[in-house]
Amino acid sequence: MYHYMTVSELAQRIKKREVSAEETTRSFIERIEELDEKVGAYITVEKDRALKTARDIDKKLKQGCELSPLAGIPMALKDNICTENIRTTCASKTLEDFVPPYSADVYERLEKAGCITLGKTNMDEFAMGSSTESSAFKVTRNPWDDSSIPGDSSGGSAAAVAAGMAAFALGTDTGGSIRQPTALCGVVGMKPTYGRVSRYGVVAYASSLDQVGPITRDVKDCALVLNHICGHDRRDSTSMVVAAPDFQAGLEEGIRGMRIGIPSEYFGKGIEQGVRDRVTEAIGVLEDLGAECEEVSLPHTIYALSAYYIISSAEASSNMARYDGIRYGYRAKDYSDLLDMYIKTRSEGFGAEVKRRIMLGTYALSSGNYDAYYKKAQKVRTLIKADFDSVFEDYDLIVCPTSSLVVIRSGEKTNDPLQKILPNVNTVPANIAGLPALSVPCGFLGNLPVGMQFIGKPFAESTLLRAAYAYQQNTGFHKMHPQV
Amino acid sequence: MNYETVIGLEIHAELATNTKIFCGCTTAFGDKENTHCCPVCLGLPGALPVLNKKVIEYAVKAGLATNCQINGFSKLDRKNYFYPDLPKAYQISQYDQPLCEEGYLDIKGDFGSKRIGITRIHIEEDAGKLLHEAEDGSTLVDYNRGGVPLIEIVSEPDLRSAEEARLYAEKIKAILEYTEVSDCRMQEGSLRFDVNLSVRPEGNSVLGTRTEMKNLNSFRALVNAIEDESKRQIEVLESGGEVVQETRKWDDVTGKNTSLRSKEEAHDYRYFPEPDLVPVVLEEEYIERIRKELPELPDKRAKRYVEEWGLPEYDAGVITASRPMAVFFEECVKSYGGDPKTVSNWVMGELMRLFNEKGAGAEDIPFPAVYMADLLKLVDDGTVSGSAAKRVFTEMFETGEQPKKLVERLGLLQISDEEALTGIIKRVMEKNPQSVEDYRAGTKKALGFLVGQTMKETKGKANPALVNNILKKLL
Repeated sequence: MYHYMTVSELAQRIKKREVSAEETTRSFIERIEELDEKVGAYITVEKDRALKTARDIDKKLKQGCELSPLAGIPMALKDNICTENIRTTCASKTLEDFVPPYSADVYERLEKAGCITLGKTNMDEFAMGSSTESSAFKVTRNPWDDSSIPGDSSGGSAAAVAAGMAAFALGTDTGGSIRQPTALCGVVGMKPTYGRVSRYGVVAYASSLDQVGPITRDVKDCALVLNHICGHDRRDSTSMVVAAPDFQAGLEEGIRGMRIGIPSEYFGKGIEQGVRDRVTEAIGVLEDLGAECEEVSLPHTIYALSAYYIISSAEASSNMARYDGIRYGYRAKDYSDLLDMYIKTRSEGFGAEVKRRIMLGTYALSSGNYDAYYKKAQKVRTLIKADFDSVFEDYDLIVCPTSSLVVIRSGEKTNDPLQKILPNVNTVPANIAGLPALSVPCGFLGNLPVGMQFIGKPFAESTLLRAAYAYQQNTGFHKMHPQV
Repeated sequence: MNYETVIGLEIHAELATNTKIFCGCTTAFGDKENTHCCPVCLGLPGALPVLNKKVIEYAVKAGLATNCQINGFSKLDRKNYFYPDLPKAYQISQYDQPLCEEGYLDIKGDFGSKRIGITRIHIEEDAGKLLHEAEDGSTLVDYNRGGVPLIEIVSEPDLRSAEEARLYAEKIKAILEYTEVSDCRMQEGSLRFDVNLSVRPEGNSVLGTRTEMKNLNSFRALVNAIEDESKRQIEVLESGGEVVQETRKWDDVTGKNTSLRSKEEAHDYRYFPEPDLVPVVLEEEYIERIRKELPELPDKRAKRYVEEWGLPEYDAGVITASRPMAVFFEECVKSYGGDPKTVSNWVMGELMRLFNEKGAGAEDIPFPAVYMADLLKLVDDGTVSGSAAKRVFTEMFETGEQPKKLVERLGLLQISDEEALTGIIKRVMEKNPQSVEDYRAGTKKALGFLVGQTMKETKGKANPALVNNILKKLL
């Protein structure tokens, strides 16, 4: 009965002791036990640990301790976020039995805030994939339609929130991996500005693009969770020393006079007509609320996907190299010498998608290819950033569709790997430029949700949240739930 | 045909920071395996590097002390290759934008003075260590050294002989010690040399094909490896062959140098900018502050010894080549108060002799400089003879005892008692009537013989000047 409450609502009830943290947690765990066989959102469920933590929170509440608004809230974490003493697999055979001896900064912060960790969610192996189908362990279904995928790569986290199996979740976003699945699962997901949230303890896919962010039911929850995960961390050199405002503070200020750019390139070929229609309707709502929406151009958008594919694969090829079977993780059983051990361990430990990106990235960085691929992709990156800079001189934010497609059937795949990431054409640019971006549900196409994306200036998460909050105050799509 | 050897050196020095380059683990040497490790230096999934600021400071210091230009903007890069001692399977290093560039050092030898160019100095992390001593024949890895900060100092191919290479390497060592950038403990591997070497017919301006020898960890190995490889390459050319570009391995034990891998087998390191670290940006002010903090470097110090203390240039060069030696020398001069040349004579003679015998250096001297000064004072005031002092000195190097105590323990107090000596000398004259005759007949050198016999009789303890006087009187 608590499954579809927002974090804010749950927090109120726990604080007033209308319901205990233990009852809340137990109810979510029962929900997982009942539904997850069908949805496949979780790789690991930490029932006993979660209930014990919940009881500790209840004890503190009884003693009258002042606790954070997130105390007692059951959450799910994508399985590439290191959790001390809880297995962290990255949905890979390579790390199937890996129990980290340390915790990610985001996990430490949420644990300190009193969140209850229900478990670790399914994902594409090492976050590489476009459907959460490259997991070595299981397939996650879209709670709205079990023949559809939940989107990449934080599919488990998005499905868990959408199906009421967690009050909120954390995902990671390298090319859209939070926004894409939250759009397809009809929930809210944010990729903060690169450097806003510490990457310490988050298993790297592509270091210059990765960012952790919240997956929630509504925008207010998104602001609340962001409040608790952001902030400078000296253990991550790319974590920025910027003051983190209270993201909930300005939510209700409205968007009258806000200048919104609508980039024509994000509505072009390859965007499903129904998606275009829903987002256009949503833009109408924003205009009704007083925003000034005008068409703008981001001319280098067409190169974003290729640049992303090269940069992310190049970094991934290097980041994946440490999984050599020497110190931890999977090691092949039989081998004749060191080279043989490397080859067998990595051939057996990694799935096809990860291997593809390692090979692609290795090729792009090889001497003789570096200038033509990696260096060129970095130049494109500069151009894409410049596109945004120029639009943001005149506009406060950009609005566009999140996923270009909505109906993506499980197993429905082409052999063309670039084709596979086409639905990410609108999400990738924000990663390349390091900008904050937020996806909210904005209607349906048949029985499947459609997502609208807000992209903002660096560190302007508050602006995004304010606009999206205004939208949600005047629409009800975020209050709709799937019949699982 | 005569050949010219062309050598470039890459010198790796471990920096004397307390903690590793990208984490807070200690850099201490010699502890139990895998006890100085954490998620960062073990390359656990999700762990991130954070650059140690001291590393930048030390590297800039080394750069300024070797006349380098310090780059206000430099970045770190990943050097990708698989090896069990490299936890992340990439080494964080610097590729195309190093911290320091375009420096030089002057070396002095029989050939006169020569300027050796320094191409660059960059920072990087050290790897762990493979241990092949497991009973079942398997290999174990110790990651304590993994992540210890290094600088790599790359010279221009300006060196032409093993001797020049040694002088250059010694000079680098001295500078790193003076600036306290590295402790340069070679037996612990904190200073290591890679040699790039080619030969060409004399007068030829085109460079020959080069080979590389890695990880030489003593000056002796450096010299031997260069001589051996140079000879080998010349032999290859003389017999009509071609030198193959390859990496070779020098074996200190066998004194042989063998092929390790060819150019075709060489790694493609796939360098690219390290995305986990931000570029290193240095303000001019910061660089100038470090420049001001630089200590007096060996060349300047040697010049001072020559000009102010009148030391021979050679002696000044030897003493200043090692910072611990120079510090010991200066403390001794100060405490002694007499002629610095007396101190330098002892250093160049007795101390160097002991160093050579024991394979020791100034850092191994077991007694404070004050003891040596005290000993020199004992000679000056006639308490011990010069030859007895040498015995005391040798013993002091063994036990570290105070010179006064040693003089007593060894019974080396000089006999300056005229009466006692007169008795001994009379006995010596009785035993050697022929010499007495000779002297009296005008053979003056017989006196020397008699003095010697007296010294022998007193086991060197007699005051020689007094013996001379008494002898002359009696004769």
